[in-house]
Amino acid sequence: MSAWETVIGLEIHAQLATRSKIFSGAATAYGAAPNTQACLVDLGYPGVLPVLNAEAVRMAVRFGLAIGARIARQSVFARKNYFYPDLPKGYQISQYELPIVAQGAIDIVLEDGSVKRIGVTRAHLEEDAGKSLHEGLGALTGIDLNRAGTPLIEIVSEPEMRSAKEAVAYMKKVHTLVRYLEICDGNMQEGSFRCDANVSVRPVGAQKFGTRAEIKNINSFRYVEKAIQYEVARQIELLESGGKVVQETRLYDPDKGETRSMRSKEEANDYRYFPDPDLLPLELDEAYIEAARAELPELPDAKAARFASQYGLSVYDAGVLTAGRDLADYYETVVRAVPTQPKLAANWVMGELAAALNKEGLEVGSGRLPAERLAGLLTRIADATISGKIAKELFEAMWSTGQDADALIEAKGLKQITDTGAIEQAIEAVMAKNPAQLADYRAGKDKLFGFFVGQVMKATQGKANPAQLNELLKKKLSG
Amino acid sequence: MIHRETLTQLSADLRARKVSSVELVRTFLARIEASQPTLNAFVSITAEQALADAEAADRRLAGGGGGALEGVPIGHKDLFCTAGVRTSCGSRMLANFVSPYDATVVARLKAAGAVMLGKLNMDEFAMGSSNETSHFGPVRNPWNTALVPGGSSGGSAAAVAARLLPAATATDTGGSIRQPAAFCGITGIKPTYGRVSRYGMIAFASSLDQGGVLAASAEDAARVLREMAGFDPRDSTSVDTPVPDYLAGLGAPLQGVRIGVMKEFFDTGLDPEYERRVREALAVFERLGARVREVSLPNLPLSVPVYYVVAPAECSSNLARYDGVRFGHRCRDPRDLQDLYKRSRSEGFGAEVKRRIMTGTYVLSAGYYDAYYLKAQRVRRLISADFERAFGEVDLLMGPTTPTAAFALGAKTADPITMYLNDIYTISANLAGLPAMSVPCGFAAGLPVGLQIIGPHFAEQALLHAAHRYQLETDWHQRIPEQYA
Repeated sequence: MSAWETVIGLEIHAQLATRSKIFSGAATAYGAAPNTQACLVDLGYPGVLPVLNAEAVRMAVRFGLAIGARIARQSVFARKNYFYPDLPKGYQISQYELPIVAQGAIDIVLEDGSVKRIGVTRAHLEEDAGKSLHEGLGALTGIDLNRAGTPLIEIVSEPEMRSAKEAVAYMKKVHTLVRYLEICDGNMQEGSFRCDANVSVRPVGAQKFGTRAEIKNINSFRYVEKAIQYEVARQIELLESGGKVVQETRLYDPDKGETRSMRSKEEANDYRYFPDPDLLPLELDEAYIEAARAELPELPDAKAARFASQYGLSVYDAGVLTAGRDLADYYETVVRAVPTQPKLAANWVMGELAAALNKEGLEVGSGRLPAERLAGLLTRIADATISGKIAKELFEAMWSTGQDADALIEAKGLKQITDTGAIEQAIEAVMAKNPAQLADYRAGKDKLFGFFVGQVMKATQGKANPAQLNELLKKKLSG
Repeated sequence: MIHRETLTQLSADLRARKVSSVELVRTFLARIEASQPTLNAFVSITAEQALADAEAADRRLAGGGGGALEGVPIGHKDLFCTAGVRTSCGSRMLANFVSPYDATVVARLKAAGAVMLGKLNMDEFAMGSSNETSHFGPVRNPWNTALVPGGSSGGSAAAVAARLLPAATATDTGGSIRQPAAFCGITGIKPTYGRVSRYGMIAFASSLDQGGVLAASAEDAARVLREMAGFDPRDSTSVDTPVPDYLAGLGAPLQGVRIGVMKEFFDTGLDPEYERRVREALAVFERLGARVREVSLPNLPLSVPVYYVVAPAECSSNLARYDGVRFGHRCRDPRDLQDLYKRSRSEGFGAEVKRRIMTGTYVLSAGYYDAYYLKAQRVRRLISADFERAFGEVDLLMGPTTPTAAFALGAKTADPITMYLNDIYTISANLAGLPAMSVPCGFAAGLPVGLQIIGPHFAEQALLHAAHRYQLETDWHQRIPEQYA
């Protein structure tokens, strides 16, 4: 098996988060009753004309700038001609020869921690098609044109990924990026973010690419990984048994975990692309592009680097905390409240908080536990009001009651005992109660130290400051 | 003889309350009804709505209000979408299509107070030069009903020539306003590409289509165009430059105006008598103080082949939406999707439309795109460059509108190429997006002859002024076919 190298290129379709469609004023909201969000332009009525949505352009430019790409001063909309019932005009308006974004790059982190740069050949604007509905209609097919005309950016990578894992890492990175840029909601169930994977294999060391198959419309990271793995195995098996891979379009069936042929190259449409005469070439000047650049947020890579240096976090932790803009913002809000404890904050955000959110299937932005409230808890750890152990209990109480840390500490009397006299008193009481153990300890049984810690903690309901307790106990036990 | 009045005169009479809109509408409706069996200029006659609109216009006029064309009867070529009224495009495909909205041109003329009497016959999807490709039967030429009125705006031209209407809207993709204007002895203007909104104008070839006016005189055309023209945010190709008042300064002297006579238009295909009439018209301009000289635009003879690549390419895509799914003709009992597409389109489209869809599909296909479509676009730029050079030396270009006067019905239907060659002088202005007119300039063998005037981009005013000045000197535009006089 190791004699083969996998070659993967991805075409990612991201729906742009504009309020109206790319060439009409109809709304883009998801989930409306069929055909209630399709105006005459979306329906391809006789005589209607497309008018480009400026917001979609701005979003595509943001993406281009974020991946260090060239923004075309002039790009051209073309018609991709084919007949299909969910394509009302009989053509899709897309960009063909002159896309708005060309030659960018995206860095991904491989499993061994090294960074690999994946080239982005181009990204272009286009309109989505409608949907064909088959369920509950008997032998009929329904057409819902609500999605027709929704703006998409198609992001085409170079064939530079060499494993399913790399492909997933790349797709995740693009997913992170479009959400950072607030140009796509990234919702994969609703189809807002989906991809086609071009997969081929070749003998290790070969220069020429093998014949590729295109797996269409995969809408989850897991399916991308599985579909590619299946396809790679299929192609290798085919080649090793003396067969040939044919260029074709395949579909991934998640239920069966396999890809199957949809249409061959011979059956492929001749799309007869030509510039759309209803739309003038899109011209962008320097000032427009610079204004868009000025509006870019801090991007994930830059943010991760800053987190690592500013907060002294590991590269891994910085990466986790910057994977989403909401998470990064949450973390920074916490750190601002407890500026001396960036690592403590990172541990809590990635640990207890992430686990609790995950358990309930919530997003960090859900407001379930505001950053200020978690910061309140960490403040009390930092100023030694409570111990780490108590803090975990307290976190659970905060999560379930929605109350803040100080209120709960007060109500439950969880305040740590830091008064030396009080701790000494407790120690003396324990020593008095356990003379045999005390004698053994003093005879050299050091292990019994733990026993005494436990007893004092029990007596103080865990509230004794552990560091102080250790110090005082050592002193007292040794007499 | 109210129908003989110009639109300008009728509009003044309406405002002066010398005549009511209802009277005008009744008069013209009666003429339309009477002419319909012979001329077949109309696809739909909207008498009831027209009378209601005329009454409303009269009320506004009585109150001293109303728009610039208040109460004036007009008709629309049947490819301008009209809310609630069938818009057939001359095709079986849309014979049942009632638009849910008004085209911008329709809305603007409505806002100006014009009253629509009906929808005018045309070549199917504006593809034709004789009005013989209409699903609703051919239109006949009011000068001689054995002859074609020209196309594709044949209904609009015949209606104005026979004074069934004082003016009508039309469109011009390769000569569809100017050629029928010439054949019917009336005045027609195709404005600069982008001057009149294409929103709601059913597309044939989007980069060439342009709405305009057919009228009895340049002044009438100016009056209607002034209301139609202007930027429309719903048409991305419409141009956002102010519309001048085309009527201001009409009749100004032509002293010193430089007129170029396009050498390439006086070729062997031009009928000698037609040529004499055009030369006589040029002599009139010279007498009026214009400086007339010959100019050469060497790439003009390539216009026809370029056009018959570009226009079919665009039409093959524009007409893909007629698939029997959402509107228009649908075949009976389709077996499956392919059958629905095939039969709906086979039944809905006529032969000429199919020919152009096939040609267009071919020239855009993989392996042919570079050789045909791309090359045609390159030559198109050369033709534009020829015009740019010429307009560096002259203010206006002139020549014949067509090679011959109107021909007989059926004379050219067997051979599409000879039909296509009838547009040889008109197509270049569309390819370059230039404003162009046809003005009646006499008769050849008893049939009207058209003088074509082409100007630089957005020179509509200069065209209309020159044409109006010429019409002050001549009376060809006042000639009406005897039967309709």
